[in-house]
Amino acid sequence: MELIVNNIELIAFYLFAGIATAAALAVITVRNPVYAVLFLVLTFFSTACVWLLARAEFLAIVLVLVYVGAVMVLFLFVVMMLDVRTDKVREGFIRFLPVGVLVATAMLVQMIMMIGVQRLATLPLPAEVPEGYSSTEAVGMALFTDYILPFEIAALILTVAIIAAIALTLRRRPGTKHQDVGDQVRVDPASRLRMVSMRSEGKPGGKP
Amino acid sequence: MIDMLREFFLGFGPIGLLIWTVIKVLAIVMPVILGVAFYVLYERKVIGWMHSRHGPQYLGRVFGVGWIQTFADVLKLLLKEIVRPSRAHGFLFYLAPLLAMAPALAAWAVVPFDDGLVLADINAGLLYVLVMTSMGVYGIIIAGWASNSKYAFLGAMRSAAQVISYEIAMGFALVGVLVAAGSLNLSTIVLGQQGPAGLLNWYWLPLLPLFVIFFISGVAETNRAPFDVAEGESEIVAGFHVEYSGAAFAIFFLAEYANMILVCFLTAILFTGGWLSPFPEAVPVLGVDGWWWLLLKVLFYMFVFLWFRATFPRYRYDQIMRLGWKIFIPITIVWILVAAMMVHFGLLTQMDA
Amino acid sequence: MSNRLSHYFKSLMLGELLQGMAVTMRYFVKAKYTMQYPEEKIPKSNRFRGLHALRRYANGEERCIACKLCEAVCPALAITIDSDMREDGSRRTTRYDIDLFKCIYCGFCEESCPVDSIVETDIHEYHFENRGEHIVNKQQLLAIGDRYEEHIAAARALDAPYR
Repeated sequence: MELIVNNIELIAFYLFAGIATAAALAVITVRNPVYAVLFLVLTFFSTACVWLLARAEFLAIVLVLVYVGAVMVLFLFVVMMLDVRTDKVREGFIRFLPVGVLVATAMLVQMIMMIGVQRLATLPLPAEVPEGYSSTEAVGMALFTDYILPFEIAALILTVAIIAAIALTLRRRPGTKHQDVGDQVRVDPASRLRMVSMRSEGKPGGKP
Repeated sequence: MIDMLREFFLGFGPIGLLIWTVIKVLAIVMPVILGVAFYVLYERKVIGWMHSRHGPQYLGRVFGVGWIQTFADVLKLLLKEIVRPSRAHGFLFYLAPLLAMAPALAAWAVVPFDDGLVLADINAGLLYVLVMTSMGVYGIIIAGWASNSKYAFLGAMRSAAQVISYEIAMGFALVGVLVAAGSLNLSTIVLGQQGPAGLLNWYWLPLLPLFVIFFISGVAETNRAPFDVAEGESEIVAGFHVEYSGAAFAIFFLAEYANMILVCFLTAILFTGGWLSPFPEAVPVLGVDGWWWLLLKVLFYMFVFLWFRATFPRYRYDQIMRLGWKIFIPITIVWILVAAMMVHFGLLTQMDA
Repeated sequence: MSNRLSHYFKSLMLGELLQGMAVTMRYFVKAKYTMQYPEEKIPKSNRFRGLHALRRYANGEERCIACKLCEAVCPALAITIDSDMREDGSRRTTRYDIDLFKCIYCGFCEESCPVDSIVETDIHEYHFENRGEHIVNKQQLLAIGDRYEEHIAAARALDAPYR
């Protein structure tokens, strides 16, 4: 009992990290693409939990907000509409395996070189944060003071990417019929309906 | 009293802490579920009155209102069989209602009911709420796909696109509040609206466009009329939950109404001063702040939800998208700038976080 | 251009939406029309055409003479009549069935009857609990007539000046 209580953070870390790894494995092994996407969601979620343990609550919430809340919904959206033939996709598995392993190894080596093996082995969870410390504020301060230029450049690049994507995929086919919603909303009764003032003709045989 | 209880449970060590937390969670979830039950009744009465008829009035009749009508309906639903279409995806079919309900209830953790009366007073409360409202769409999408039915699938597709679109407008409206308050903590945001002028100090006035857009986006986000194309009973029968029956359907219902109440709470907290009294502090009795003001405001917004439903015909789908992307988002972006200007020139004072 | 601008302004003010909401608000507070049916009932016309009945003369003799005019005129073919000679030599029905599911309550049977035997009462609150009960026979129809004779006669008397 004492053991569990004292190491609750460590246990939670291994739990979430384990789930994240297992889910990530499942993403690339399950046959059904919809399940793969859902496992990816689970991966993001457990990763966010790990980040929460590292007291990066802002990053954790934003990860869930952006990736789980928006990006993965779009993924799911697309995958559900596709009718993916799984057996055909799996045909090349063995053939491309060497290439895949090579790329994966290269990435692993890069990551280890960047982070460093020793830090990887001894990176501790941050100790108790001081009272009144807000990771949101810290991230904001860092982004808008020291890193304002990279931040703005990244924003610009993303905007350009969005516009480029739209410009590349937008096809204006001639002769298509479409409605101009603005015009539809803007109609007023006066242009559709003419009120005519007429004298009553009265009943047949009655007074005019 | 509460402190005593807390001390009592904490005396048991970690287990006591766990029990105490569960009790606190139940203290929020049970009223929410009861609130849903009475909101259904509220809806049927209000919409009935707006159709110049009476609504439920026989079951548990007091003052011409059938108070326990919803409980009878829920009992009926719980006793019914959950039919699973033979070609539905078994696991996901049963998972979907839970995925719809869990975020709807989880979001309540950061809602402050009174000064200091909040389950989790976290700094990024506003973001957390945004996350939880956006998570609800998974229940809908998975329900639509797992049912293996065209109508359900169409409903899910519509709902997913709509929720994502309006989330952006909603998020931008929240950014406006964030700029005005200088904090993501919901309690701090409410306290930032405190002032000598009562309701004129609240954020609805300087952020009026954002206030309107937030509320309308909230209606769209919860798939309520006039944005209820995800259900669209005249075109796609009942949308994503067409294949659900019994308790599974009841859970979807619960999630939808819990989300509606949540949006009402958020609007009240973010734009109309939460538990603050609308009268200036100088006014005796009525000037006192307290949770009853929050409740009153929430009841009003809940009424507006129903009022919308009774008044407006359903939007056409392309018009919904146009409204979200081409009107709401530009307006919110412009008004964020305006809010930032107001803060810069001292028209709005941020709380020191 | 200015038209367009003023339109933008108007739609941003949500004027039309608020107008619509004012309408529903008016109905919200308006008195309701609902008739609380089992407790309250709308007054019925004396010409109301409901459940059928066969009448008798004051001396207890049944009016129906089995002329089968009603059977002939019935547009829904809901009436079935068999007739035979009674011991006293008069022609009487041995069978007078009305299928209430076929009946369209047009009142032609009543109009065609030369002796005012078959009538439609203003009873409309009746139901069947078992299969087959929707066909009412002669005994049942006579029983209804016996029970509501006063009521039926009063309704006929009210309508008499217009016939």
